Amino acid sequence: MNGFPILTLLTFIPVLGMVLVLLMPKDKEREIKITTLIATGIQVVLSAVLLMSYDYNAGGIFEESSFQFIEKFRWIEITGLSWLGTVKIDYFLGVDGLSTPMVLLTSIVAFIATLSSWNISKSLKGYFALFLLLDTGMMGVFVSLDFFLFYVFWELMLLPMYFLIGIWGGTRKEYAAIKFFIYTLFGSVFMLLVMIGLYFSTQETLADGSAVFTFNMLSMMDPANYTADGILSPFNPGNLRFIAYIALFVGFAIKIPMFPFHTWLPDAHVEAPTPISVILAGVLLKMGTYGILRISYPMFPEITKDLMWYIALFGMINIIYGALCAMAQKDFKKLIAYSSISHMGYVLLGMASLSTTGINGAIFQMFNHGTITSMLFLIVGVIYDRTHTRGLDDFGGLANQMPVYTGFVTVAFFAAIGLPGMSGWVSEALVFVGSIGEEITRILAMISTLGILLGAGYMLWALQRIFLGNLKEKWSDLTDLDGREYAMLVPLAVIIIFLGIYPSFMLDIMNTSVNTLVEFVSVNVSKFTLSGL
Amino acid sequence: MEVGLSHFLVVSTALLSLGIYGVITRKNAVMVLMGIELILNAANINFVAFSKYGNFGLEGQVMALFIIVLAAAEAAIALAIVLNIYKTFNHVNVDEIEDLKE
Amino acid sequence: MSESILVTLSIVILFLPLLGFTTVLLFNKKFPKLYLFEVGILIGAFLLSIVVLIVKLSSYLDTEIVSSFTWIDFGDVPFLGRVSVELGVKIDNVAAIMVVVVNLISLLVHVYSIEYMRGDKRYNRYFAYLGIFTFSMLGIVITHNLLMMYIFWELVGLSSYLLIGFWYEKKSAADAGKKAFIVNRVGDIGFFIGILILFTSYNTFTFDTIFEQIAAGNLPFGSSAWLTAAGILIFMGAVGKSAQFPLHVWLPDAMEGPTPVSALIHAATMVAAGVYLIARIFVMLTADAMLVIAIVGAFTAFIAATIALTQNDIKKVLAYSTVSQLGYMVMSLGVGAYAFAFFHLVTHAFFKACLFLGSGSVIHAMHHEQDIRNMGGLRKKLPITYASFLISTLAISGVPLTSGFLSKDGILAGTYAFGSLTGHWLIPVIGFGVALMTAFYMFRLVIITFHGQPRDQHKYDHAHESPFVMAMPLVVLGVLSVFIWYTPLPHSPDAGWFISSWVKTPHTVVPAESSFEFMVGGAAENAGIIHSEMYTEAMHHAHYPAMFLSLILGGLGILLAYSMYQWKKIDPDKIAGKVPGLYKFSLNKWYIDELYDAIFINPTVTLSRALAWFDNTIIDGIVNGSASLTRFISALSGLFDTYIVDGLVNFTAFFSGFIGITFKKIQTGKVQTYIVLVVFSVILLIFIVSPF
Repeated sequence: MNGFPILTLLTFIPVLGMVLVLLMPKDKEREIKITTLIATGIQVVLSAVLLMSYDYNAGGIFEESSFQFIEKFRWIEITGLSWLGTVKIDYFLGVDGLSTPMVLLTSIVAFIATLSSWNISKSLKGYFALFLLLDTGMMGVFVSLDFFLFYVFWELMLLPMYFLIGIWGGTRKEYAAIKFFIYTLFGSVFMLLVMIGLYFSTQETLADGSAVFTFNMLSMMDPANYTADGILSPFNPGNLRFIAYIALFVGFAIKIPMFPFHTWLPDAHVEAPTPISVILAGVLLKMGTYGILRISYPMFPEITKDLMWYIALFGMINIIYGALCAMAQKDFKKLIAYSSISHMGYVLLGMASLSTTGINGAIFQMFNHGTITSMLFLIVGVIYDRTHTRGLDDFGGLANQMPVYTGFVTVAFFAAIGLPGMSGWVSEALVFVGSIGEEITRILAMISTLGILLGAGYMLWALQRIFLGNLKEKWSDLTDLDGREYAMLVPLAVIIIFLGIYPSFMLDIMNTSVNTLVEFVSVNVSKFTLSGL
Repeated sequence: MEVGLSHFLVVSTALLSLGIYGVITRKNAVMVLMGIELILNAANINFVAFSKYGNFGLEGQVMALFIIVLAAAEAAIALAIVLNIYKTFNHVNVDEIEDLKE
Repeated sequence: MSESILVTLSIVILFLPLLGFTTVLLFNKKFPKLYLFEVGILIGAFLLSIVVLIVKLSSYLDTEIVSSFTWIDFGDVPFLGRVSVELGVKIDNVAAIMVVVVNLISLLVHVYSIEYMRGDKRYNRYFAYLGIFTFSMLGIVITHNLLMMYIFWELVGLSSYLLIGFWYEKKSAADAGKKAFIVNRVGDIGFFIGILILFTSYNTFTFDTIFEQIAAGNLPFGSSAWLTAAGILIFMGAVGKSAQFPLHVWLPDAMEGPTPVSALIHAATMVAAGVYLIARIFVMLTADAMLVIAIVGAFTAFIAATIALTQNDIKKVLAYSTVSQLGYMVMSLGVGAYAFAFFHLVTHAFFKACLFLGSGSVIHAMHHEQDIRNMGGLRKKLPITYASFLISTLAISGVPLTSGFLSKDGILAGTYAFGSLTGHWLIPVIGFGVALMTAFYMFRLVIITFHGQPRDQHKYDHAHESPFVMAMPLVVLGVLSVFIWYTPLPHSPDAGWFISSWVKTPHTVVPAESSFEFMVGGAAENAGIIHSEMYTEAMHHAHYPAMFLSLILGGLGILLAYSMYQWKKIDPDKIAGKVPGLYKFSLNKWYIDELYDAIFINPTVTLSRALAWFDNTIIDGIVNGSASLTRFISALSGLFDTYIVDGLVNFTAFFSGFIGITFKKIQTGKVQTYIVLVVFSVILLIFIVSPF
């Protein structure tokens, strides 16, 4: 695969698709849809190709040589600025065990979201153009290794999302869209500040021996690269690393979303059209936790170690609080949105344990939540398309009317509950294995197991209200799934069950990197503390 | 009594005053021009007088000659303007020409 | 036959029902007769499991056959070394026997259901669910590690959920399914935490490896308190699944499922999984953990028996009797009578399945009538059902010549021995008390249902004996409730192959200081019954007193039932009238459901509503509030901008304009005015500049 720019292609194929879509006349609706489907389809194929030539023994994380499919060249270089020195920004892409599962997830979810966009009718061309742009942004975040590039993709994704919710959304779409946009922007401002702080604190030594400031993430992870007086340099006794960590964490926490920064999520989900909810829950939420693992952990190991308990605490609050809130909802989609909050809590809990099993579980949970929640939102979409209502109490007895649909719902619900044999359970179990295994998070993790119980409670209750009991008269002409709906639900169900039975398929991809990360963080704690210097 | 510098100055002052008076009070543009000529000549007298009584050499007289030439030129142009004013307004009444206000 | 073939066979047995499940579920629309495929699969699985059992008992009597593979490999984990998760099977005698029991009862229930469920609109799907249940149950039985145990543990929970709520159009059925799943989850959380405590300490889920580590003195977190905690937490799983107090509430509700399901899942096999689990971890139980288990078991047996005394629904009586008998088994493990607990598990599986299928036959005959007060005199109409039901009742009551007599006496002797060894006499007292109550309420059930005069003549007239496919399982199970299958001597289980050679109590691995004295000691190898001389001795002494006592108490119970309901010498209503409080307390199941509603369910729902309100109003309020605040500030700054900043700019313009307008007046446009001004200005200037 040497020299083949697979990551660039993965990232920019959607942009190509977008250009094509924009060139097409407005009334060629079918062609526009097909183009989008092909673009996302190529992404799926490319990520499969990527997986096939993936080296399972390469760790990545901090070492450029063990990243895979690297593409690196100078993107922006401004020399001769007096006090700034040289501004050097790389176009630096690469994947390791942290990002590969996310790349797979993004391509799968984008493809399925395209399928589920089939009956969008309002200004179709604009929708698909924005959709493809969004796709590029998501993919870019997961493959870029230069902080500046990362930030560009991070922000790139915001804009299409804003329009996709704000134009194609439900009744309160403007409110939801602006809330989402401003909330996320609020977070990314923090990230921007920290990024610039890090930039002025690290210097990379070039081949000719000169030192330049850099946005290269990997340089930021190496304590040797920090300058003596940088504002975020561990060598500077008056450094602001703790504040920076918190700021960065808040930036990511909003995306996760972590309590108490989560309230944009239910609104955004309820108002967004189904495919956008799928993207939002399936991929966007993962960026927060991905960012923490990719950036906060290796760049601030000493603070991470200190704050493990607090991260776990917020994970626990997310799990239990989200579950309890979900239990009280009357809107199907809102219930799923809150269950998302609960499930993302497991990711936080697993990460907080700072153990191989826990972080493996966390990343696996990110992937599984992506597939399971996508499926749940698609399920809501199916019923909403037919009935134009989402009230849990408006239904009842659909099991007899739509047996196949009910079958898929059962798979998705039990996957969300964490039934063994489905992927969600494996990741939850690993999260608990990791977090109960570490003394510092043990008690919090034990309390968090309540989430398993509450999860079963609200899911089964919802299942009962919608599908069990007697059918209401007015729904007696509902039809079961059609071919397109099969096409979007079957792959997800297959993935969920396959990974439940054979989780090593995914765990092997991430395992080496996770081991590297755990070791890297633990080893570097002392190198990043003043007393240890 | 000997005619001295002050006599010249008194005459030139009187001429200047008459000139200014003429410039200010006359309505006819030609009369105004004539007032201006008076003012110029008042200046000429001063130049010549100072040339004679001051220690300045002949510059004053040269200047006087220069002013006379200038006055002639000025009169020619001014009259041409007056003629044009007449063509435009059909009169040469300065206090009725207020276009500068615009 | 080599070990690997045995392993392969048992894996085939495990996956056959899963094959049935998927096939039936996927193709049931196209082939309405597909349920026969599922039944056929079960026949195959049963025959194979017989083969496995015979081979195991004949060639590998004292060998444990273990085979495993790596499911998840974490590689070289920092600070821990290699960590991996192994899954695998372990076939010892207990597992081999259980596989046969599960397959046999499952097969009989399949056959029975062909007739019982006929005409149901989800007929094929019912068999598919039975298939996945059998698969999951077999998984529990043959696993060699705790994780796989947990996986299948949850899967039986799923199949139980699906089958209890099979008639989900009924709200009560849907509710019961949900309740079963959630209540079980409570126990499972403890189970899971317990597993993880062990995994944290030993980095493995495999039973044998964990036990070896404990035996080597390597305790979880270095303390035997944690070992006790792990034992009790894992026991919580059993509390949920085996319906022990305080999580027994789901089982009676689970009777909303079809009756054959109750027989298979909620009487014979799944609920026994808890007992099986405790048996699996028996060797790592500390004295404290065992005491807790014994007390919970005894208490459960007692509560359930008192409730069963007054119930009027035929299935409810059986359900509570199941809870009570499970309590017996759990108690038996708690007091160290390992072999008898497992023995009772097997005998109970047969006679309780028989009782449930018998009740199904009655319900079928009476057109879905379940209230025993509307029955009576049915023995003439349903002779086969009556005969098998009676044999099973005799067995559960502990009447000699039945299997129940053997196993129950063993348990009672165990508690008696336990009492004499440790001084905890309350446990045997409860044990014997429950034996009395069991005999009473079971005979009450038989007498009211089958004896006397019909109370609902119309239904009685239409009642008819069940067809062959329903009667055959009853007969088979009834026959299996006779002593001869287990021992040649009807009074001594020790003489039988089951206790003496098949099921041997494993030796505890717990350090001596945190174990019961009688559990350690030298192993009495020759008897192969129990771990130490001390306990063997005590059991030996306890055998006859316990037997006589239980005979007397059982007989008393039966006598009481006869005199109340058959001979009408004592009026039960009068007794109920004398202690109305107690009667109501029993009839209403100790008000436990109401209690849980009041202290768990309602507060949780209220809390969730409150939190949703909090989320919507406070948290989101803060977000929206900060948005409003920002908007307010921006409005303020807008005002500032309009009036102050822009005001200043406008004022400048205005001021200049004002000046302009003021001085415009001197701008006459007349050259002469200007000249006047110039002249005056010059004069003025001269005065200003001039020195004077």
